Amino acid sequence: MKHDYYPPGIKGIDGDYTAALAGNPNTGKSTVFNALTGLNQHTGNWPGKTVTQARGYYRHRGKTAVIVDLPGTYSLSANSLEEEVARDFICFAQPEVTVVMADATCLERNLNLVLQILEITPKVVVCLNLMDEAERKGLKLDVDQLADELGVPVVPTAAHIGRGIAELKDKIHSVAVSEILPRPKPVTYSQQLEEAIRQLETSLQRVYTNGISRRWIALRLLEGDHSVIEAIREYSLAEGKGAE
Amino acid sequence: MGVDAALNLDELIEHGRELRNKLGPETEIQDEIVTSIYRRAEAIASKVAAQAGGRGRDWNKTIDDLLTSRLVGFPLMLLLLGGILWLTISGANYPSNALAALFFMLEDKLTFLFLRWQTPEWLHGLVVLGTFRCLAWVVSVMLPPMAIFFPLFTLLEDLGYLPRVAFNLDNIFKRCGAHGKQALTMAMGFGCNAAGVMAARIIDSPRERMIAILTNNFIPCNGRFPLLISMAVLFLGAGGLKYGSAIASLTVAGMVLLGIGVTFLVSYVLSSTMLKGISSSFTLELPPYRRPQVLQVLVRSVLDRTLFVLWRAVKVAAPAGALVWVLANTNIGGMSIIEHLAGYLDPAGRLIGLDGFILLAFILGLPANEIVIPTLLMSYLGAGALLELESLSAMRELLLARGWTWLTALNVMVFSVLHFPCGTTLLTIKHETGGWKWTIIAVLLTTGTAFLACLLITQVVQTLGLLF
Repeated sequence: MKHDYYPPGIKGIDGDYTAALAGNPNTGKSTVFNALTGLNQHTGNWPGKTVTQARGYYRHRGKTAVIVDLPGTYSLSANSLEEEVARDFICFAQPEVTVVMADATCLERNLNLVLQILEITPKVVVCLNLMDEAERKGLKLDVDQLADELGVPVVPTAAHIGRGIAELKDKIHSVAVSEILPRPKPVTYSQQLEEAIRQLETSLQRVYTNGISRRWIALRLLEGDHSVIEAIREYSLAEGKGAE
Repeated sequence: MGVDAALNLDELIEHGRELRNKLGPETEIQDEIVTSIYRRAEAIASKVAAQAGGRGRDWNKTIDDLLTSRLVGFPLMLLLLGGILWLTISGANYPSNALAALFFMLEDKLTFLFLRWQTPEWLHGLVVLGTFRCLAWVVSVMLPPMAIFFPLFTLLEDLGYLPRVAFNLDNIFKRCGAHGKQALTMAMGFGCNAAGVMAARIIDSPRERMIAILTNNFIPCNGRFPLLISMAVLFLGAGGLKYGSAIASLTVAGMVLLGIGVTFLVSYVLSSTMLKGISSSFTLELPPYRRPQVLQVLVRSVLDRTLFVLWRAVKVAAPAGALVWVLANTNIGGMSIIEHLAGYLDPAGRLIGLDGFILLAFILGLPANEIVIPTLLMSYLGAGALLELESLSAMRELLLARGWTWLTALNVMVFSVLHFPCGTTLLTIKHETGGWKWTIIAVLLTTGTAFLACLLITQVVQTLGLLF
């Protein structure tokens, strides 16, 4: 199943773990991608899509990390092709780590995507980029408190001058090899909605969901978005065929 | 497992539907989810971030409020457009003339060499009067304006102004039944319409995407700016008029506005006839203003855009120049081929205030809009007395001798803005829409609009007797 998501050629690189790079546009995502992978990059289209995908790799602490650059999106609501591609990769390819970029100069706007991704997977590292610009603007950010509030590691960076990249690699490694087990604090909804989520989660236990967060699937079902279920149906069929 | 899993999934969807029905309408649930996430983001951000001095972000917001306000937004947009065009026109004048002088000095030297080597006359004509002269025109007319226009445009882009333009125009596009992102593909069209057509991929709805593709060509690309600029300078802001370059700038700005206006009009017509439907919503981020990296902008716009576009023009101009020279110098029945062709087109041309040669130049300019003017000059020259074209004013003399008036120049500009897309753009449209059908519609739609507009202008001017 995992391999369905790789464009031709990527199968050649078998990393020890895969990290997806998600984030809003204009957060310096490509800069971070370049800083992480240097010249070890390949670009291609997502299979069957007109969205370009870049991937690369680097070695760190004796392991090879494959980085997949997801399209820049503001949310994962599958409103557009880009959002769908990003969402499906996180859901179905299940990278060991998802790095979510956030622009330090407009944190609030960027936290939306972070919180949405945390509903899908706990294995997240937040990369708080453009820290130097935030400092110039006189913004004071309490990185430790942010990590505490979100329940996942947060790495402050200024990628265009290479600041924080080493630490980012460290944190990606730690989450990938489960040295760190992030415990995100979920967004809580109204009592009725939470009750409905709980009931659906119970029915979801009878369905093979390939390890995708049940709470997240429940939420999508409740808001009438069936595309996730259809995607699960498609992929479980493909999986079934592959196993035969 | 396959069958079981499928069954379970259907049960699950059913269960979800039941629960949802108890909770209330779908949209309310969606709203609750989105709002909860936003609130949490807001709460975290306010806990974690503190503004020292409390100025930085407000500054950004103040500018945004101004640039995107109803009252100031539009006039400011027009002012910026006019300003850029004025800088381009007044700045390009001198280097353009200098380059032209240089090239025609070179032409004399070349002619001298050809004479000394006693090469046949046709070879001299083909190489010097055809190929070289066409190249010289393209370079001297195009290079200076592009070298000024592109960096200025890129600076605005770097500042983060373009998304604000899209924001300002979003409302109008919505009312025309088109997508707000069309403002962005339109902005791309100023660079190159083929790029603009390709950029329409950012629009997801096929209907709105088609509208954006079909109307992109109404935005004058950089291949057409030199034509607009030289026409405006020679005929509308010339003759030693005071404020000449201001009038010329206003004329070019007017042409840009005409293109944008027609875009709206045609989008509206399309969305209420062939491509019916309502417009969909989208998120538009207004990125924070960043100080442009001036040096990088200069290098990038000169290398990536100016030289790239110039090289493309040169590649087309050289063979086109040779072809036109052959057409103009091959006689059949006492008249050159070009005169024959222009003769056929003349009635249609006269009707809309142009002439056969002008229409022919637009048709021969299909590979690239940049060569329309050089082609026209060559066919005028080849068919008549051989003038030396050592300056822009000589070009004006030549055109006046051909019976041009300011109305002719105006019609040429209007036709250039509205007429059929260039070859590259057409191929891109075919590729993006998956066939010739929409490509042909694009040609008919644009050329039809151009004919109608020129016809209207000519008839109005002639009826009112405005021509002096």
